[in-house]
Amino acid sequence: MEEKDQQSPIQVQDLHKSFDNQTVLNGIALEVRQGETVAVMGRSGTGKSVLLKLLIGLQAPDSGSVRIRGQEIGGIEVNELSEVRKKIGFLFQQAALYDSLTIEENVIFPMSRHIRKSQNEQKERARELLASLGMEKDLDKLPSQISGGMQKRVGLARALALDPEILLFDEPTAGLDPITAAEIGNLIVDLKKQRHMTAVVVTHDIRGARAFADRVVLLHEGKILAEGRFAELRNSKDPFVSEFLRNAT
Amino acid sequence: MGEVLKSALEWFGELGIFCSRLVKAALTPPYEWRELIRQCDAIGARALPLVALAGAATGVVLSLETRDSLVRFGAKSFLPAIIVFSMIKESGPVITGLVVSGRAGAGIGAELGSMKVTEQLDAMEASAVDPYKYLAATRVLACTLMVPLLTIAATFCGILMGWVANTLSDPISLRLFLERGFKNVLFSDYIPPILKTSVFGVIIGLVACFQGMRTRGGTEGVGRTATSSVVLSSLFVILADVLLVRIILIIWPVS
Repeated sequence: MEEKDQQSPIQVQDLHKSFDNQTVLNGIALEVRQGETVAVMGRSGTGKSVLLKLLIGLQAPDSGSVRIRGQEIGGIEVNELSEVRKKIGFLFQQAALYDSLTIEENVIFPMSRHIRKSQNEQKERARELLASLGMEKDLDKLPSQISGGMQKRVGLARALALDPEILLFDEPTAGLDPITAAEIGNLIVDLKKQRHMTAVVVTHDIRGARAFADRVVLLHEGKILAEGRFAELRNSKDPFVSEFLRNAT
Repeated sequence: MGEVLKSALEWFGELGIFCSRLVKAALTPPYEWRELIRQCDAIGARALPLVALAGAATGVVLSLETRDSLVRFGAKSFLPAIIVFSMIKESGPVITGLVVSGRAGAGIGAELGSMKVTEQLDAMEASAVDPYKYLAATRVLACTLMVPLLTIAATFCGILMGWVANTLSDPISLRLFLERGFKNVLFSDYIPPILKTSVFGVIIGLVACFQGMRTRGGTEGVGRTATSSVVLSSLFVILADVLLVRIILIIWPVS
């Protein structure tokens, strides 16, 4: 038991993934420790989002290993994978809210399937979560009737609905104005403080990442080119790393 | 030619994998009763007016077209039986199958396709909810249950409107019309066409869900999925009809 607790929640070894003969990930090894927030950065198309989807089993690797809380997720049964996924919250790039459900129903949806609570309790929990993310109003609106920033908040509330131990964020601030992007960044910092959660954040937002990330991983041509704290990366002598950090938003 | 054959074989192979995953998901509890009922309403109850209208129109046309031919041969009295047999055995099932292919096929294909390209299917899986169980199994089952019921409605409307069209030119009481029409109809005449329409429902649901869940390419892809769902499900309904009629005639030969 003690050994399990000490295990890193996310362990990735020698991960390979290709699409139509194009190699996207080429031998990625990554370990995310308990309570750590890792920002994954890199140019568009370097497989950052693919890496996130591999971590939650939405895509299968060509080879390599992904372990969540010590459990290998490659090749396991659907119901076993579901148990693993209950421990993980995922915020999608475009929030991916169910467009036929209201905001409140979107947050209730995972709870209604996995948590044995009355409908009223689920509703109360959903409202509590939404309120904690600054969404007290417009709960009966459909996702298409609210702004992109609000959609991200609702997506985050849905990702938190099952009280996950791990959070995965796919470009949480992409497409948002600087103020809303900063608000979302602050929410991630708050979550980190309040819940001490393990998180992997794919982002291009270097200012946001500096605020919430304990460690930065820089992907380039399917491999991890550099990793470490911001200060360490800033002093890197690698021309790509220094150019990337200089030009990143 | 080789490429077309290869992609057709790939399509059928993927459909086979889709079916096995769907059956496994559908048979594993817990069952999604609430979503099933919602889909029965969307696919069945909401399609009723269109299906009833299509059935009624078929009955009217059948009555008007057949009447002239029968008058020429002095066999006008057979008209009720021809309308009843035609509606029960072929026109009702096929018209319903094609109408549901168009309405539900496009609807399911576009809905699931749109969910696929906006990552809603991924979001569902990430929430540990199996979209095969929640979305696909419920829709396929709803189609399987609703198409036979809609066929009964289309057949009823077709026979009724066949009588109305007939009565306008040659008045006959509804009772006499039905008596003549159903005189030689056996209970076994109803069962095979109803079972046949269940197969149509399976085809429509499967093809639309399969096409929807493999959509690629944004809104353009969703458009392509809606079109291909309708085209393929209509095509397979027609092919299945030919095959099933032959099988029905072998199992229940006409005495």
